[in-house]
Amino acid sequence: MKIQIKNGHVIDPKNNIDSQLDVFIAAGKIVALGQAPEGFIASQTIDASNLIVCPGLVDLSARLREPGDEYKATLVSELQAAVAGGVTSLACPPDTDPVLDEPGLVEMLKHRAKQLNLAHVYPLGALTRQLQGKVLSEMGELREAGCVGFSQANTAITDTQVLWRAMEYAATFDFTLFLHAEEPFLAKDGVAHDGEVASRLGLKGIPSAAEALALASILRIAKETGARIHISRLSTAEGVDMIREAKKYGVNITCDVSANHLHLTEHDIGFFDANCHLKPPLRTHRDKDALSAGLKDGTIDAICSDHTPADDDAKLAPFAEAEVGATGLELLLPLTLKWASQEKLSLAKAMALISQSSARILGVAAGDLSLDAKADICIFDANEYWKVVPSALKSQGKNTPFNGLEIMGKVKATLVNGQVVYQSE
Amino acid sequence: MNNPQLDVDGYLRHLLSIEGLPKRILNQILDTAESFVGVAEREVKKVPLLRGKTVCNLFFENSTRTRTTFEIAAKRLSADVISLNVNTSSQSKGETILDTVDNLIAMHADMFVVRHSQSGAAHFIAKHVPEHIHIINAGDGRHSHPTQGLLDMFTIRKYKPDLHNLRVAIVGDVLHSRVARSEIHALTTLGVPELRVIAPKTLLPAQVEKLGVHVFHDMKSGLKDVDVIMMLRLQNERMNGAMLPSAQEYFKTYGLTQDKLGLAKPDAIVLHPGPMNRGVEIDSSVADGSQSVILPQVTYGIAVRMAVMAMLAGGQGSGSQAGSQV
Repeated sequence: MKIQIKNGHVIDPKNNIDSQLDVFIAAGKIVALGQAPEGFIASQTIDASNLIVCPGLVDLSARLREPGDEYKATLVSELQAAVAGGVTSLACPPDTDPVLDEPGLVEMLKHRAKQLNLAHVYPLGALTRQLQGKVLSEMGELREAGCVGFSQANTAITDTQVLWRAMEYAATFDFTLFLHAEEPFLAKDGVAHDGEVASRLGLKGIPSAAEALALASILRIAKETGARIHISRLSTAEGVDMIREAKKYGVNITCDVSANHLHLTEHDIGFFDANCHLKPPLRTHRDKDALSAGLKDGTIDAICSDHTPADDDAKLAPFAEAEVGATGLELLLPLTLKWASQEKLSLAKAMALISQSSARILGVAAGDLSLDAKADICIFDANEYWKVVPSALKSQGKNTPFNGLEIMGKVKATLVNGQVVYQSE
Repeated sequence: MNNPQLDVDGYLRHLLSIEGLPKRILNQILDTAESFVGVAEREVKKVPLLRGKTVCNLFFENSTRTRTTFEIAAKRLSADVISLNVNTSSQSKGETILDTVDNLIAMHADMFVVRHSQSGAAHFIAKHVPEHIHIINAGDGRHSHPTQGLLDMFTIRKYKPDLHNLRVAIVGDVLHSRVARSEIHALTTLGVPELRVIAPKTLLPAQVEKLGVHVFHDMKSGLKDVDVIMMLRLQNERMNGAMLPSAQEYFKTYGLTQDKLGLAKPDAIVLHPGPMNRGVEIDSSVADGSQSVILPQVTYGIAVRMAVMAMLAGGQGSGSQAGSQV
């Protein structure tokens, strides 16, 4: 199968490409940009006039809900959502049921995803068995099975001795740890930022200090052990400052922010909107501004969707009892574009935060349009507005705080391994 | 953000929280309640405003006092009343709050009085019921207890009619108190110029000053020259732990005694939402003393709840109309 994508505006941050070029694909790979290779006869031509052609998006955190929670979402539904959102590679956290702490489960997940031939799935293995924070999982075996890193999902390792050993062991084999910085005692039973809104609504708060305290332990131990750490979903201004400082002193650390936290604050909870029940909680305007600034100055490396599809019933409860999370795969691109346009950032810089940079963090070959790379490509209209209508989302989870929002940036087609896996109607 | 409590014409549709209600509506409720105070003193303690209507008390959290006053209020308005205690822990996984409510709506309940341990439960139910159903929040978690806030205002107004010249102190566990939140919103909306909260830092929510209150940590300066003292109940489970070392120490520092009461204005009144912990937040001599208006609060509570029900289901939210029919 040979494909020519013509007349599109190609943006490839890694290779500094930002111009109108044709893309030539053969045998699932990119074989040329600009001039057709000799003797190239396309069997399929995609007209990308007035459209952006960029590397398929790479998402650092997307829950697929398999195995175990198929009533919330399935591999099929969520990988269809991924490609509809232009996401061609994604990392999934290990908090499934059962937990991804056994090689067999990882192999099965990888195998099932591969058969579907939609987005590439890169599982994060459980860092400790059952995510209990006590016994290390078989990281070596899990790595062989296909895990690209290790994570505690939303839980923390409370025992600093275990955290230290986990980092030492991971550092030995150069594995990346994906950690969520939240001190569990301070955050206990908390459902919203401990501030004005939580006080007004009578919701139990999670103070900003919970993030700072967890970060302090993680950064200190990372410095000691030399482990490679990725902080998932930073949420506070203080957290941004701490990471900035740590990077200055050479700690081996990267971090991301969720697209939700770039656009929403505690005030969006309004009268108890359960779709704004997120983890970490939505914080203040000041925090949102600091996250944005951190992203611009490179302190924060990437934007993730933090895709967490939930079934309708799970959100149909009073705020604190409603399940945490929001669906996000189909909103990652438009929310990133919206943020970039507010911050007057170039398209190329914005795209790097959801492709090249996330691929580098995961250590996977993705997120660029280099010659001979897998032809994972997203083609979108940067100027087309569309309205977020939950029922129209491909994801089985219709839970979004952006219901009704008009946003710009519509995916027209997505290619994975040189095959068109999604085309908009 | 549209206010879920008011209909498109600005009339009261649900009573979920004091926050978001304009002064006009608060005064309307209080004025309407005024006309119901006399009902209890008649030989036939009933008015026919809610005849043929079914009021359902739906209590997901235990309560005797509040449930009883709502029952009496509804009965005095001639409504049919059903009271259900739904123990949340025994609520089988399958039956959600909405299932319970839907079932009762199918039995043609017109109005729900709801208490639940989760903040936002009343808003949640109100969001999902058909348009002709009215919800009254009888307490949701730490969030709101609007009829308590209203009856406190009614009581204050009775004894201190000029709200624009009052200094009010709320004392105790503000952090966990839906009553305190309702009182704060009611007092600030009605134009009370100086509102204080007095509590140790462990019992105050984050950024409480943003609710429009002055924060004090000691009774001596906090109670100085106040006209109204509103005591809060301290739950047993908060007495010994990381919030407070002991009930004794709490009483010593924040319990309202005759001595401390002497710091307030000589004609200051003392309120308490009940049930009281005598010897913990309040001394018996104060609770039963001449400045206490704790029992009148209970009496007025019925009139206020009647007013709310009458306005919701009786007639288009028009207070004067409901009043004139009495």
